[in-house]
Amino acid sequence: MNAPSQPETATDKQAVLKRLTENVPYVRYMGVQVEIKGDELTCVLPFEEKLIGNPLIRALHGGVTAAFLEITAHVGLTWHAVCNDQLDLSETKLSLPKTIDFSVDYLRTGLPRDAYARARVTRAGRRYASVNVEAWQDTRSRLFAQATGHFLMPNRT
Amino acid sequence: MNIEQDRIARQFMEAIPHSKDLNMSLEKISKGVAIVSMPYDERLIGDVETGVLAGGAVSALMDTCCGAAVVSHPDNPGLTATLDLRIDYMRAATPGQTLRTRAECYHVTKSVAFVRAVATDEDEDRPVATASGAFTVSGGAS
Repeated sequence: MNAPSQPETATDKQAVLKRLTENVPYVRYMGVQVEIKGDELTCVLPFEEKLIGNPLIRALHGGVTAAFLEITAHVGLTWHAVCNDQLDLSETKLSLPKTIDFSVDYLRTGLPRDAYARARVTRAGRRYASVNVEAWQDTRSRLFAQATGHFLMPNRT
Repeated sequence: MNIEQDRIARQFMEAIPHSKDLNMSLEKISKGVAIVSMPYDERLIGDVETGVLAGGAVSALMDTCCGAAVVSHPDNPGLTATLDLRIDYMRAATPGQTLRTRAECYHVTKSVAFVRAVATDEDEDRPVATASGAFTVSGGAS
């Protein structure tokens, strides 16, 4: 890893965040990609056969949906901290927040196609944070899952 | 009837692509109780520094196990889907150890099955995570 010593521009911040998340083996296994426009972050879950939970109706696995939303919460929280300059991006040992609890509502069947999710940080304290996540597939306004969770923020200097 | 239902439930659970991909194995499935284990896998690491598994992988194991408990319950004659699932994380699973989840479908109505589950690693006295959820009952109004 050759992290830029002082990431200052928005592009630098995005690059560091993407590297931080895409270096996590589980994020790579799931195939989750991070897209950032301005300060708005969207996680994308490209469809793969291995994500199927019910082969008869070809629905996404409920655990895949939960995991995708949880990854989005972690990335969204970290991005929130980056945007508020609470995170030193030159620190090489950055880690993602830890989940305390996570509750997922399954609103519609997950279809065998790409999914998208965005996180909204409702409270970000020094130690604890609360996050809501919304996920959709074809239509932004037709959510197929939503979640709320509480997180322990990584130790910061 | 129960033995036949257990067999069908087992067959179905073992055909789930995502669970197969994570090498989950069904250790027990009968009358609303299921035990599913998942070996440690470097692909599922969530923290590179420590090698601890990602929470999402624990969620997948929990959801699979809860679903298995529901389809093996005598009052649910068919398949199921998750309505909601809440997971509480007590501690990090020890890297290198197999995770094992026991789920119990403790109440079934015409439309909803209620399930709770506990996940442990080799130290079975200290839970790694607990889950509670509601699942659909086949034939029930959606």
